[in-house]
Formats: sequence, structure tokens, C-alpha cells
Amino acid sequence: MKSNYKVSVSLWTLTVKEIRRFLRIWVQTLVPPAVTMSLYFVIFGSLIGPRIGSMDGFDYIQYMIPGLIMLSVITNSYNNVVSSFYSVKFQKSIEELLISPMPNWAILLGFVLGGVARGVLIGFIVFGVSLIFYPEFTVANPLLTITVLLLTAILFSLMGFINAVFADSFDDISIIPTFILTPLIYLGGVFYSINILPDIWRSISMANPMLYVVNTFREGMLGASDVSISFSLGMICAFIAILTGACLYFLKKGTGIRQ
Amino acid sequence: MTYALEISDLKKTYPGGTEALKGISLKVKEGDFYALLGPNGAGKSSTIGIIGSLVTKTSGMVKIFGIDVDKDMAEAKTMLGVVSQEINFSQFEKVMDIVVTQAGFYGIPKSEAMPKVENILKRLSLWDKRNNQARTLSGGYKRRLMIAKALVHNPKLLILDEPTAGVDIELRREMWTFLKEINKNGTTIILTTHYLEEAEQLCRNIGIIDQGTMVADTSMKDLLGTLNVQGFVFDLIEPLEEAPLIEGFPLKLEDSLTLVAAVNKDRSINALFSEFSKLNIKIKSMRNESNRLEELFIEMVNSNEK
Ligand SMILES: Nc1ncnc2c1ncn2[C@@H]1O[C@H](COP(=O)(O)OP(=O)(O)OP(=O)(O)O)[C@@H](O)[C@H]1O
Ligand SMILES: [Mg+2]
Repeated sequence: MKSNYKVSVSLWTLTVKEIRRFLRIWVQTLVPPAVTMSLYFVIFGSLIGPRIGSMDGFDYIQYMIPGLIMLSVITNSYNNVVSSFYSVKFQKSIEELLISPMPNWAILLGFVLGGVARGVLIGFIVFGVSLIFYPEFTVANPLLTITVLLLTAILFSLMGFINAVFADSFDDISIIPTFILTPLIYLGGVFYSINILPDIWRSISMANPMLYVVNTFREGMLGASDVSISFSLGMICAFIAILTGACLYFLKKGTGIRQ
Repeated sequence: MTYALEISDLKKTYPGGTEALKGISLKVKEGDFYALLGPNGAGKSSTIGIIGSLVTKTSGMVKIFGIDVDKDMAEAKTMLGVVSQEINFSQFEKVMDIVVTQAGFYGIPKSEAMPKVENILKRLSLWDKRNNQARTLSGGYKRRLMIAKALVHNPKLLILDEPTAGVDIELRREMWTFLKEINKNGTTIILTTHYLEEAEQLCRNIGIIDQGTMVADTSMKDLLGTLNVQGFVFDLIEPLEEAPLIEGFPLKLEDSLTLVAAVNKDRSINALFSEFSKLNIKIKSMRNESNRLEELFIEMVNSNEK
């Protein structure tokens, strides 16, 4: 009982610290996505969008909104955890956690909650921006939308954590986001429906995990998707379970944090 | 008798293949003030790292107040405070936040931690700097912050890895007083240092590590007792060309006005003085040669390396 209380205090401390960190540097963390997404909405939504016409029966700008929210949520949850955990490692302040009686799962959860908080907050900011450009937007299925939002933020926070565990330099924390994550998201149906692709590319796209995340979210927001929702949700949950297991294993072994 | 710390046959081989610890065993009694000495690379920090679970051990056992760290790590950790050799706080946070956050990781909520943190920061003269970013502190104050962090949960065992490295004389003396005081109030302290004078001043018991093995584990008194030669330095009134030869007292001329003598413990220094008078050597003043412990230390480490 006493020790449960202590663990919850330590978890709370870490989570608050993580949230404070990205709020303190809000110019680097909260403003850029709002600016970038405004540009996307102006250029692809308002200027080019009308020439594209409709996508899966929606205005192009409307179709883009869920995709851009997902893009922001994924990159921000990932980046938050990878940069925070790596800098804690780099500055050795990880020792403050390792020396304390805090269990590994609470350490992981603290960092993940930090990533989720940033991802979700950015999600709402981008949605807010999109309403400026497309005020008539209504969310088709709020429950599914929120569920996918949270699951996605958790999933990519975990991935960021693993990236940081193995990172040995600041280069290592940008290689995966730049060369793997971003291309997969852009090709994962953020800007288009895979129905417009030739057969071969459509089949290849089906192997891209981002496609499922983006489309499930689009189903929540618009009620339209290129993939099966229950399958996607199942896969997202399975990945979360596997990655959680991996993170806990690395923490227990001390990979990258204990010599 | 429970020991504050009990280590047996501790071994550590780093991934690169360096065998840092080759089977260290030592016991530190509750309430003790223990010095862990050894040359650079001896394995002191590795040992401390393993005790605090910052480094994984290859084999061996560590018990803190009778609790095996492999069995109940969390419980063992609540009794342990460690001041690492290298700075390990986030440079961009404020002094106060760093200490309060550390308390939080130990499960102490902010409201409960605040009075305690205030007290510790005041005692370490950090209170005025509580709102400064940690990176703006000078080296000596960074060390103090490290100590503050390690004390925030009232550990019964405090281990400090070179807490006074790079700290000026005044700060060092202040730190000594502080450590003596918390030791008197019941905290067991283990300390590593390269200033042997510091170990001699503070510590009751002493362990010497060299190349990953223990070469001594004894009380300071006994250790100094084994020292059978003592060095004396004589300042001369008139310069000498070369060191005089006196039976039983090896002498060395450091410069023309300074004579150094190695005096065996069972000999009286009176004899030396009467020889000086016979040779008409006039002594202005006399003092003990630097640090006795230092010589002993070098002797022990050298004989281990042979
Ligand atoms: N992370 C590491 N990886 C590989 N070897 C290491 C690592 N840390 C320490 N060593 C090696 O282990 C040995 C013991 O190092 P340790 O830091 O424990 O010595 P020390 O007694 O604390 O020395 P010092 O007085 O210089 O602080 C050294 O040979 C060192 O090079
Ligand atoms: Mg060391």
C-alpha cells in the first residue's frame, strides 16, 4: 500500500517533468506544427485543393485534415520521447531515475505519457488550425477518433523510446524519423486515397503500417477508410503490446543505459 | 551485526573486455566513516556504480543493510544515497526543481519534500542559488547540488565518489564538517578521494583497491601503525654542500637549506639532534614530511603491482 503510493508519486513526478519540458520549449515544440500545417492548408487545401476536386467523395481539404493531424501526432509523440530520453541519457540524469526505487514500468510509462500528452495536444492544435480553413468540419465518430488518437500517440512514443535506447549520438535520433518514419507516413495515405494508385502500388502500400493508422483515424473523423478498422485496431494494439514488452526488456537488461 | 554494506566476490568485466573488478569483498559497519582509496582506474567508481545499480555486475553479491540488491532492489535503494563522480543532473533545470524532482522519484511528494529540501539547501549554502539554472553554478557548487540530491530521501548509507575533487580548500573544509555532522547523526558514509589527508581526517576505516582487487581493508589507526618510517624535514640556518652521513638515519638534501630524514619508528629523534650538534649543523625549524598515509599508499599499491 505504502509502496504503491510511492510509485504513483514517482510516476506523477516523471510525467509532470516530461510535460513541463515540452511546454517550456513551446516555441520549438508547439508552434512549428501549427505553422507548417497552416501552410499545408493554405497551399494544398485552399489553393491547389479545388483543382484536385474530391477524394473518396470529400473535399480535398477535408480529406487532408485527418491525415495531417495523424502526421503531426506521430512525429511529435515520437520526437518527444526520443529527444527527451536521449538527452536524459546523454546528460546522465538517467542516473536520477536508476538510483531511485522507481520500477522500470513506471519509468517507461512516465516517458510515454509525456509523449502522448504532446502528441494529443498537437493533435488538438492542428485540428484547431484546420477549423480556421474548413469551419464546417464535423467529426463522424468521436469515440473512434479519440481512441485512435491515443493509441497512435502511445505506439509512436514507444517507438521513440526504443530509438533513444539504441541511440549513441544526436545523429541517431534523427536518422529514423527522417529516413524511415517520414517517408512511410507521407506514403501512408496522408494526402491521398490508395484507390487512386495503380494496382501494384496499392498492394505495396498495403504493407505500410502507417496506412492503417492514418486510415483508421480517417474513419473516425470522416467515416471513410481504405482498410478494415477492426483489423487495424487489432494490429495497433498488438504492436503496442510487443513494443511495451521490448522496452521493458531493454530497461531490465539495462541496454544503452547501464554499462 | 548488520553491515551497512556487504560486498562479496564482486566481479565486473565491461563489454569491451576490461576486467575492472576481479573479486572485491568488503564490509562496512553501520555508522562507519569508510574511505575507499585507490589509484585512477582501480575500480572504485565501478564498485559504487554497481552498488547503486548504475552499472550491471558480472557476478558477486551486494547487500545494503542486510538486503540483497538482487532480491529487493527497491527496498535496498531507499536506504542508499549516491553522489556520483560525474555530474548527473540536467544542466537546464533550476537547482530547486532538480532536488524536488529527485525526491519525487523516491516517492516523496512535493509538499512533503519542500521543508526538507529547504533545510538541505541551506546547510549546503545553495539556498540563495535555488532558482539558478544548474549550468550556471560553479564546479564546487555543482558538487554540493549532487550531495543535496543524494540526501533528499534520508539515506542510511551515503556513498560519495570524489566529492571534493576540484573543490577549493574552504569549501572542502565546510564539506568535511557537514559530512562529519551527518555521520555523527547516524548516517554511514563511504567516500572515495585522492586526497589522503582527507581520508585521514575523516575516516575510521579504510579499504584500498588496486587493479580491481582489494589490497587493504583495515582501520585507519592500524594502517598508520604499520607505518614504520616517518619523514622529517629540517630547515637549515646555514647551507650545506651535501647531505651528511649519519649512522641509522638516511638523509637527503632537497636543496642547500632543506634536509630530509627518514626516521625509523623505534628510534628516538634525540639521537639525530645530537648528531646534528656534533656536525655543527644548525636547525632553524622542523616539520613532518607531507603525508604519511600517502607514502604508505604508494608503497602498498606498488607492491601490488609487482
Ligand atoms: N563504461 C566503461 N566501459 C569500459 N571500461 C570502463 C568503463 N568504465 C570504467 N571502465 C574501466 O574500468 C576500470 C575501472 O574504472 P573506474 O572508473 O571504476 O576506476 P576508478 O577507481 O573510479 O578511477 P578514478 O580514480 O580515475 O575515478 C578502468 O580500467 C576503466 O577504464
Ligand atoms: Mg572513479
